[in-house]
Amino acid sequence: MTGLQILIDGFAISALYALAAVGFTLIFGVSGFLNLAPGGIMLVAALIGWWAAGTLGLGVYPGTLVGVLAGVATAYLTYFLVVRPIQRSRKIPREETEIFVLTGTLLWGIMIQGAMAFIFSDNPVTMRPLIGGVANIFGVRTPWNEIMIAALCWIVIGLLWLLINRTPVGKSMLAASINPRGLTLLGFDLSRIYLLVWSIYGVLAGGAGVLLASFLGVGTANAGQLTASAFSIVVLGGLGSVTGSLIAAFVVGYLETVTAYLINPTLRPIPALLLLVVVVYLRPQGLLGRR
Amino acid sequence: MFDVKKASARFGRRFFARSGAAAAALGLLALAASAPAAEPPIKIGVIGEASAVAGASITKAAQMAADDINAHGGVLGRQVEVVIYDDHSSAADAVRAFQRAADEDKVSAVVASYISEVALAIEPWSGRLKMPFITPGAASTDISKHVHDDYAQYKYTFHGWMTSAFIAQSICDFEHDMIVKDFHAKSTVVMSEDAAWTTPLDAQYLSCLPKAGLKVLDHIRFNPDTTDFTPIFNKIEGEHPDVITTGISHVGVQPTVQWHDQHVPIAMVGQSSQATTSTFWKDTNGNAEGVITASAAAPGVAITPTTVSFTEAYIKRFGDSPAYDGYTTYDDIHIIADAIKRAGGTDPDKMVDAMEKTNYVGTIGTVQFYGKSDEYTHAIKYGPGLVTGVVLQWQNGKQVTVWPRDKANAKIQFPTFIKSPHA
Repeated sequence: MTGLQILIDGFAISALYALAAVGFTLIFGVSGFLNLAPGGIMLVAALIGWWAAGTLGLGVYPGTLVGVLAGVATAYLTYFLVVRPIQRSRKIPREETEIFVLTGTLLWGIMIQGAMAFIFSDNPVTMRPLIGGVANIFGVRTPWNEIMIAALCWIVIGLLWLLINRTPVGKSMLAASINPRGLTLLGFDLSRIYLLVWSIYGVLAGGAGVLLASFLGVGTANAGQLTASAFSIVVLGGLGSVTGSLIAAFVVGYLETVTAYLINPTLRPIPALLLLVVVVYLRPQGLLGRR
Repeated sequence: MFDVKKASARFGRRFFARSGAAAAALGLLALAASAPAAEPPIKIGVIGEASAVAGASITKAAQMAADDINAHGGVLGRQVEVVIYDDHSSAADAVRAFQRAADEDKVSAVVASYISEVALAIEPWSGRLKMPFITPGAASTDISKHVHDDYAQYKYTFHGWMTSAFIAQSICDFEHDMIVKDFHAKSTVVMSEDAAWTTPLDAQYLSCLPKAGLKVLDHIRFNPDTTDFTPIFNKIEGEHPDVITTGISHVGVQPTVQWHDQHVPIAMVGQSSQATTSTFWKDTNGNAEGVITASAAAPGVAITPTTVSFTEAYIKRFGDSPAYDGYTTYDDIHIIADAIKRAGGTDPDKMVDAMEKTNYVGTIGTVQFYGKSDEYTHAIKYGPGLVTGVVLQWQNGKQVTVWPRDKANAKIQFPTFIKSPHA
């Protein structure tokens, strides 16, 4: 019984982690830059989604949509206000651009957290379930919402895979991640590709934020933890590898769930972090990383 | 040296007469202007947590209390001015704010925080800086134990809310009166966050719950940073208690929403600080239905003649009902003002003496403090006729009072997914 409970619970958490991690790794893969803003984007999406659904009275589904759009808007702000100016700056030496983007987005994430806490208070918010009620899966009482969230995550990831591998636009994104200079030589506009990637990133992170709010609830105090989780999953899976991120998301999701159920909920994040240390030590490029 | 002859030769004799008259007139004017000059205001420092729902209630209620006191003429002819600080839920920031309040802003007293870790960090500083300090919301019994153990050093600290021990006792009394008697519950699991205020709370729970008629099947303390409560609820459900006894303050929205979404069939009863404010219903999208929590007061219930009017005035001014520490802060500011009046001034030692003799009918009850020889020196006295708090339940978007019976305005009702306790 507990085994089945762990299986179901772990699946839902892993699917959410996968959604957030895939966007994160996409950005790194295409632009070559790590950013520490995903927690902030998820937070804004969750809070705005809650506010739109409840306070503005739009209801659950429109509210969720508004939340995702808010996530995309935040992603754009991150790109145009923080990442792009640093990328284009002539004053920063090329070798140091990555560090500056990392630091800049970290600070930007903290600013978002502070601003959201000021506007909304640091109380976590929850989105109403997209579907209410509980289902009975072989004796395990599972909210329908949890099942739907897992399904939604996989659908989005599936659509993303189709986009990248089967559409011309997606293939140019893939090409940009392999050889950006070669791509520009072929006449593609790199800046449009970056814009597209950041849009997708906004949708993924925003979606993950809103769905997490629906499943467990999200508060300003979570923002830092979310970024840390996404970061460690992406490093574990291998920076730049989408498949690697997916696998790592499930490894981490299940490790956490098993720990919470069988050992102690308080020790939940620890085994995943230990695994990260081991993997980085033995195989620094992660499970399936290329760089 | 000033040569009058030369000067009068230069300016003429009339000059002196005119300038002398002008100087005299100016002098009279200056005198007239300064005569009704008000004495400097009495400053009270208020350290709250602007981003936390309970912390924001502190600063708002303090401002209301100051305005009310000033509307009635102030204290000893002086206006009361509230100086507000935000400690960002950090003990380090709170200590810095306390030092600034004392050294730079020269306040006469400080009202601070609902977080026990913060109050305990400030406590030694109230002794070092000889600054009367009262906490309207923290609960740890250590706050008053320190005063008992080292009175000379810590006497400036007062505990303006019930200690954890009494909070737990009031919940045990409630569970005995209603959960055991009306619902025939026989067992419980204690579920609380791992924080400074719950250590004495849980200790009291484990001692008084069996005496109330509830066998304690398990005692779970979880990390306050927990976001996924499913494994915890799962474990509790596996033990089949009749009711869950809670001690949560740092968390509230997430466990409550998950409890509801997962249809955990066991009622939650106890202390859930966030559930004491009216924003909780919105924050949980109504999943607070059926949650029972102890609080200082509840809307619509006249614990004292001033409770209801304060609640209504607060809602009118700020839009939401006060959290439990809104009531206590309002009372604590009045208690400080009252002490200053009786002490005849703001001398710290005289203020402490006056505060010890407090017998004040506030919004939460009649406030008196325990003395030097009592175990919880300078904590609020607990008991009928003094302060007991109330127990409220969320029903249909409203907080209704279910205990004590003579103050109750509704009966306990649980949502349909709750299977125990069953009446």
